[in-house]
Amino acid sequence: MKTAPAKGAEIVPLKGDDGLRRHGRLSAKKITLAHGGGGSAMRDLIDDVFISAFENPAMGDLEDQARLPLTQFTGVGDRLAFTTDGFVVDPLFFPGGDLGKLAVYGTVNDLAVGGAKPLYLSCAMIIEEGVEVETLRQLVASMKAAAAEAGVSIVTGDTKVVGKGQADKVFITTAGVGAIPAGLNLGVRQVQPGDVVIVNGKLGDHGAAILAARGDLELESPIHSDCRPLTGLVQALLKAAPNTHFIRDCTRGGLASTLNEVSDGTGFGIRLQEKAIPLREELRGFCEILGLDPLYLANEGSFAAFVPREQAEAALVALRQVEGGQEAAIIGEVTTTGGRVVMDTLFGGARIVDMLVGEQLPRIC
Amino acid sequence: MCLGVPGQIIAIDDPAKLVATVDVAGIRRKVDLSCIVDENNPPESCLHAWVLVHVGFAMSRIDEAEAEATLKVLHEIGELAVEREAMLTSEVQ
Amino acid sequence: MKYADEFRDSDLAHGLAKAIAEQLDALGATEDNPIRIMEVCGGHTHAIFRYGLADLLPKSIEFLHGPGCPVCVLPRSRVDDCLAIAMKPNVIFATFGDAMRVPGSRGSLLQAKGDGADVRMVYSPLDALTLARRNPDKEVVFFALGFETTMPSTALTVLKARSEGITNFSLLVNHITIIPTLRAILDDPEMRIDGFIGPGHVTMIIGTEPYGFIASEYKKPLVVAGFEPLDLLQSLHMVLKQKVEQRCEIENQYARVVPNSGNAVARKAVEQVYETRAHCEWRGLGDIEQSGVQFNAAFAAYDAEKKFSIHNASVPDPAECRCGDVLKGLAKPWQCPAFGKACTPEIPLGALMVSSEGSCAAYYQYSAVHNEALEEARKAKAS
Repeated sequence: MKTAPAKGAEIVPLKGDDGLRRHGRLSAKKITLAHGGGGSAMRDLIDDVFISAFENPAMGDLEDQARLPLTQFTGVGDRLAFTTDGFVVDPLFFPGGDLGKLAVYGTVNDLAVGGAKPLYLSCAMIIEEGVEVETLRQLVASMKAAAAEAGVSIVTGDTKVVGKGQADKVFITTAGVGAIPAGLNLGVRQVQPGDVVIVNGKLGDHGAAILAARGDLELESPIHSDCRPLTGLVQALLKAAPNTHFIRDCTRGGLASTLNEVSDGTGFGIRLQEKAIPLREELRGFCEILGLDPLYLANEGSFAAFVPREQAEAALVALRQVEGGQEAAIIGEVTTTGGRVVMDTLFGGARIVDMLVGEQLPRIC
Repeated sequence: MCLGVPGQIIAIDDPAKLVATVDVAGIRRKVDLSCIVDENNPPESCLHAWVLVHVGFAMSRIDEAEAEATLKVLHEIGELAVEREAMLTSEVQ
Repeated sequence: MKYADEFRDSDLAHGLAKAIAEQLDALGATEDNPIRIMEVCGGHTHAIFRYGLADLLPKSIEFLHGPGCPVCVLPRSRVDDCLAIAMKPNVIFATFGDAMRVPGSRGSLLQAKGDGADVRMVYSPLDALTLARRNPDKEVVFFALGFETTMPSTALTVLKARSEGITNFSLLVNHITIIPTLRAILDDPEMRIDGFIGPGHVTMIIGTEPYGFIASEYKKPLVVAGFEPLDLLQSLHMVLKQKVEQRCEIENQYARVVPNSGNAVARKAVEQVYETRAHCEWRGLGDIEQSGVQFNAAFAAYDAEKKFSIHNASVPDPAECRCGDVLKGLAKPWQCPAFGKACTPEIPLGALMVSSEGSCAAYYQYSAVHNEALEEARKAKAS
């Protein structure tokens, strides 16, 4: 049974046809505690903001759980890949993305770098009392667009509202599942001395975009976050370099932190070439003004892949054909000794690239 | 205290208040011109100048001629050293 | 990046390194009896490590890292003063990023922020003034640290505040001056320094003339250096050239930015607002007379020390700290008993382990590549 649309609203009829209207029920402009209270206010919020955006066949009849046919997984691979992540960002909206986009791509990427085909996501939101409904709508729209771009569906979720000051606007927690093709075994323990380290593009943009967007540094910057899904890039890489040993996305703490994790995890050293590390000119300028080291700035669409030397060229060629991989480069190699990350500077002098301590802060000295 | 970066003044925003915009490799920031203006160098004269930027102030104008002179000397020192090394090596042979 | 990249050219660096090696040979320097050059400015220390310059040069030259890092020499008591102000209600405490992690006796500004203090990091003192304009019901206090390079900017900010009639704004001043510091180093009987790399941006303000006594009284050469790696290498070359030619002068390598006369306009602003402080405590070095500045009487209304009744107490460093010796170049960081054990970047005891240009942090993070003693310290930490 269809019902007449509310003024200005578009109706998305629900599968199963119980005739419930989804869109247009929420009239509030700001989120209140009632919207988390389990009653009709919450129902309106969920229907109007979330369901109407994320609606998809896999959501089914909105039970307490999404029910997904196992064939969706076994048709692709022989192992379930499963990840969870919490997303917080200040400011919520920044050049190149927002918290919603970050949450979807961040989860997708955690799955993709393991070689999995990402399939389904959950989305739980904790919302601070007083957040504008319009803000939520924008975040949800971003998530929807990101999910479509990444080829995944958001199939289940949850909403909680907490009192003013008990959360910083919106926190998103996700879980994601995908399937890993049989025979694919990427892992940090596969990394070998002699492997080259390949990154898919210019580094540091996300961290710089966020810092600039916070506003207290009063800098005008054209730098956008590199927030993007890595699935296509990873697939291209694995096709051209099937013996790739390990891939990790370089998120908080930047490239340096990721490489230190690998070095710590394997006991091998990693030797980088400073001149090979791809950086945008504006990123260099940003770092120079503030005294920041680009190796420690966060990324949201960049990975470090550990590829056997003989497949490195093929890997580069393949990556450079894919959106987000045009600037792919070999930046270093795994060495037998040391167990730490060392960089040959522009002059051939060497410096250690250590794990970040705390957060990197701009300096005047 | 020491962190200064070269940038180019691309706009004089408020000559009376001595505020300009500097560009450092595409990043822009408002800077104060107080340290580089005087009777002979009004704010407008700073447009397109290359300056040393420190904590939001243009602290000094960069002298292009001096910069080139320095680079020239650097080239010479290096070339001479490389020549001498080549001579020594060929003598040894 | 113009005026930066050209001065980072690696071929030119190698050429210079060769030339420097020749000079060291000519001077008869060896690894056991090296030429000792002190760079005073923390920005130079940082550049030396970041570009791995020591690796390019023979071991017959030794770098001594001097106390030219205003963060490194922040005494614990001063950090305590910052926290005392920051924890007051209705105060916004604004600071450069460098000072956020320096430990006082009750924690750092970053920790105070975690405890609810409104601590904001700013890039410029002008941004702190903007905070005062935007928050008329709050008291904005800016932590003014730095050498003479930064003094004009804070002085000009105060002048701007006064001209706009902004009264909810004050500065906690911990500016220090370089000349008394240099004298203190030169007067130290344990010191053996052959020449100085002089602070480029400080000189941009004060000019080269104040350094004259170093050559005339103490017979040491000093070359004012820029901050790119080629600037540092060329300055070394110039110091060594003086030694080879048996000259002893003050020279300026950084002429593209630094006029020999410095910046009179900047100095005028400083003189209008500040006066010399009789005593000033330096972490690890104790009291160095006349080495700090404070507001003069005309600007008392902007003095946070007066607004918040700050008394300059002295707080001793922990017993195992050897910050002073490291600051003076008398000890290498790994010779401090706390290095790598009680004092690491995660749990710093002193500012040298916190500041990005502090020797200890620099060695810990950048430079253990060739150094066994450092390797031991790092391994001990990992286990």
